[in-house]
Amino acid sequence: MALGVAGPDAAATPQVSGSTSDSGADLELVRVTKAFGSFLAVDDLTLTIPSGSFFALLGPSGCGKTTTLRMVAGLEQPSSGSISIGGTDVTDRKAYQRPVNTVFQSYALFPHLTVLENVAFGLRRKHVPDAVARAGEGLDLVELRHLADRKPAQLSGGQQQRVALARALVNNPAVLLLDEPLGALDLKLRRQMQVELKRIQIEVGLTFVHVTHDQEEAMTMADTVAVMNAGRIEQMGSPAELYELPRTAFVANFLGQSNLLPGTVREVRDGWVGVDVAGTRVVVPQARAVSQDGSVLVGVRPEKVLLLPASEDLPDDANVIGPGIVSDVSFTGVSTQYQVEVPGLGTFGVFAQNLAGGASAAVGDRVRLAWAPGFTFGLDGADDASDGVDLA
Amino acid sequence: MSIAAALSSENAASVGPASGPALAAGPTRRARSGAYLLLLPGLAYLVVFFILPVVALLATSLYVPVPGGDVGQFQPAFHWQNYPDAITAFWPQIVRSFAFALIATFAALLIGYPMAYVIAIKVRGKTLLQGLLLVLLIAPFFTSFILRTVAWKQILADDAFVVTALKWLHLMPEDGRLTATAFAVVAGLTYNFLPFMALPIYASLERMDIRLIEAGGDLYASGLNTFWRVTLPLSMPGVVSGTLLTFIPASGDYVNSSLLGNPVSTSMIGQVIDSRFFRVSDYPTASALSVVLMVAILILVGLYVRRAGTEDLV
Amino acid sequence: MSARAVLPGGEAPARRRRRAWSLGDAIVPVFATLAFAYLMVPIAYTIAFSFNDAGRSNLVWRGFSLDAWRNPCGAPQVCQSLVNSLLVGVIATAVATVLGTLIAIALVRYRFRGRAGANLLIFLPMSTPEVVLGAALLAQFLAVRVQPGFGTVVIAHIMFCISFVVVTVKARVASLDPKLEEAAADLYASAWLAFWKVTFPLLVPGIAAAALLAFSLSFDDFIITNFNSGSFTTFPKFVYVSATRGIPPQANVIGSMMFFLAFALVLAVQLIAAVRRRRAAAMSSALS
Repeated sequence: MALGVAGPDAAATPQVSGSTSDSGADLELVRVTKAFGSFLAVDDLTLTIPSGSFFALLGPSGCGKTTTLRMVAGLEQPSSGSISIGGTDVTDRKAYQRPVNTVFQSYALFPHLTVLENVAFGLRRKHVPDAVARAGEGLDLVELRHLADRKPAQLSGGQQQRVALARALVNNPAVLLLDEPLGALDLKLRRQMQVELKRIQIEVGLTFVHVTHDQEEAMTMADTVAVMNAGRIEQMGSPAELYELPRTAFVANFLGQSNLLPGTVREVRDGWVGVDVAGTRVVVPQARAVSQDGSVLVGVRPEKVLLLPASEDLPDDANVIGPGIVSDVSFTGVSTQYQVEVPGLGTFGVFAQNLAGGASAAVGDRVRLAWAPGFTFGLDGADDASDGVDLA
Repeated sequence: MSIAAALSSENAASVGPASGPALAAGPTRRARSGAYLLLLPGLAYLVVFFILPVVALLATSLYVPVPGGDVGQFQPAFHWQNYPDAITAFWPQIVRSFAFALIATFAALLIGYPMAYVIAIKVRGKTLLQGLLLVLLIAPFFTSFILRTVAWKQILADDAFVVTALKWLHLMPEDGRLTATAFAVVAGLTYNFLPFMALPIYASLERMDIRLIEAGGDLYASGLNTFWRVTLPLSMPGVVSGTLLTFIPASGDYVNSSLLGNPVSTSMIGQVIDSRFFRVSDYPTASALSVVLMVAILILVGLYVRRAGTEDLV
Repeated sequence: MSARAVLPGGEAPARRRRRAWSLGDAIVPVFATLAFAYLMVPIAYTIAFSFNDAGRSNLVWRGFSLDAWRNPCGAPQVCQSLVNSLLVGVIATAVATVLGTLIAIALVRYRFRGRAGANLLIFLPMSTPEVVLGAALLAQFLAVRVQPGFGTVVIAHIMFCISFVVVTVKARVASLDPKLEEAAADLYASAWLAFWKVTFPLLVPGIAAAALLAFSLSFDDFIITNFNSGSFTTFPKFVYVSATRGIPPQANVIGSMMFFLAFALVLAVQLIAAVRRRRAAAMSSALS
């Protein structure tokens, strides 16, 4: 039996399209380090964000993403390194001298000013002649013109969020920074705002740098996602690229879920790496393996795995693990999630689409686990297989 | 999906256009009798020992001397002439009291605001330093106000170090002095009410979200500009209570003017009231001046509070 | 991919940077330091002169001596006036704190007719200068022919402390979530039990702060006391009266002791709060 699933080549790597606008407004961080006492919040970070892109810094709390954002905004001074915008070094400039605006986490709307005055604040400081008219247009963009004369305390959370966005956008900054902008909103509103933010970004064509700990939020909106951990960028790329081909255990676990199996490389032949996983041979495409000798971690996403009854014939071109015992079945509507205990390997997770209209295995069933070898990814064996699991 | 749709789903849960600010913690409506029971003892006390005394003060201000009686013997009357007489006799002290109190309030604001700002904003997060500075600000409350004023009197005395040094440096003429001057009185008032100014300002700055200052910087306002447009307006409730807590007691104070001033050119209305009562037993004049002081302050405070737009001071 | 991450050891040399020094950043702290010094000068003077080998008048420095500290009650009336002040302070604080707390709870938790009037009645004593309060009470006591003394001083102190207690406790009551009492009611607590077991413990810090404020106002009051004390002498009155002929160093000792005591007390409160905050921060970061 052949597995009728397409290989990973189908998930083509999309290119970040920032080429339309001039590269002059790129945001560049060169060897930026920020230490608070002995704690390294940001550790020798070098990063270029092309103009016009929607860039997400994704990571758990304390990973340094907000500190990075605050250094770009000028609210925090790097311990070393430099930051430039559009080729101009802004490291020594104060916040109010930088062409950057921030949508703060708790919005930081001025409570003593009306919505319109809040939005006009930056324009007035820059002595833009028609500040109020421009602020009104900014409110139009977020469809809040009718609330212009209210005070922030009279608005709902979602409305405040949009005022904060308008207040930053009207200044037409070279870079717009968003610090967990949707964190305070409920799930439904958050989904709507994700779509809305993406629409506005495309409409105005500004560079957005978005800090979040929500992987779904980052993947939904950003062209490029950088996964940060302990002050460093673990991996950077398009959402699909990060998901399909994680390069560290942290990324594999923080972004979605992964089954990671420790093994030892036995052979490398014809573009494939053969790995011994608890006595079973599993193959990994050479191009998808970080490490090609010694101990490695072999990974596969749960939705790529099929459950096969233990009695069924094995497909000879697949990676197969098992047999194991189904220990948990949870039906979620679109899919069914299975937990399978494999002796010597631990718990294996499997997501199956509800194509047949019900679960195909029950708790206690003996099953094998199979997947197309092309979906397999190989990680460095020195990685902790559970790194990032609790943080996602 | 458009924002309009998102909006409509939210509007159901949010505050309607006309309903004004959301009440954060609306009082629970319980039996009113409970409220009156709680209020009764305290308010009755204030009626008996504040309202009635003020009435007694008003009555006394209209008394006339008992014909042929001793010094200090008066009888009830409606002698309104006591007011013009008192004001005519003592208007310089009344004006001086308000002028001194006004200057001292302004000086205390200039000195106290940076203190409050440093404690609340500059050292925020450095808990130990913040605590220490706060202790220093509160500590004067516990070191007798009279002792500290006497200390100033001795520090500024003619033969003490400060004056000697200033004269040696030729920063002060040979016959110049600090004590027994208007300067000393105003400096003493400023000093004594400084914590009353700084603490309410501290309290309102402490509540302020530091991100608002960052947002000011992010929106192209320089440090000074952010202070003027954001920090100061948001600390106005503290400034208003601080200025009131300084101006009101300063205008009626007589400890500073009697210890640090001279009896001729620096005496304030409090001194006059005190001496009318205790030295010459002229109760009606003393009472009339007290009423004038009280009414003048209530009018000034009323105007000021209306101007500053802070209704809920209590 | 046009976005790229460069690993450490890359091309650009790391620059150490120091925050650019600017006059604007330095002015406020320098000014505030001077202001704190100004605040401390007379206190330092008072403490220093408690060690003066003063003899009868403590006006000029005559050499270091511990005499006054060894025998703080050595000068006539110092300790008697101190005891008087403490007694007045404790009684006035206790009564004013109870009355003021009740008012504060009523003002925040209930809507009732005459609320504006009640607010005005609280506000008026605070917006009346002490000399007027003192004169008014004296006029009253004269009118009803009460002999001024200990009792009249206590009455006066309770009166001016109530408003400050109300204002302080009110802020605390307002910050409490009324749902807490509803939750207690939901968990079978009667209204009284809900107050006693839930609301009151949460109000304690506010009440303690109010009591401390009331005590400090009472202990330090001179003007109102002076009008209503007759021959009864409190500590501030003693100091004021002796100021003309020289204050004995024992008075400085009492003042210094109060300062050290208050300093230790307030510092301890601050430290406990700081430790708690730090522990809470550590806890929350461990959990997140």
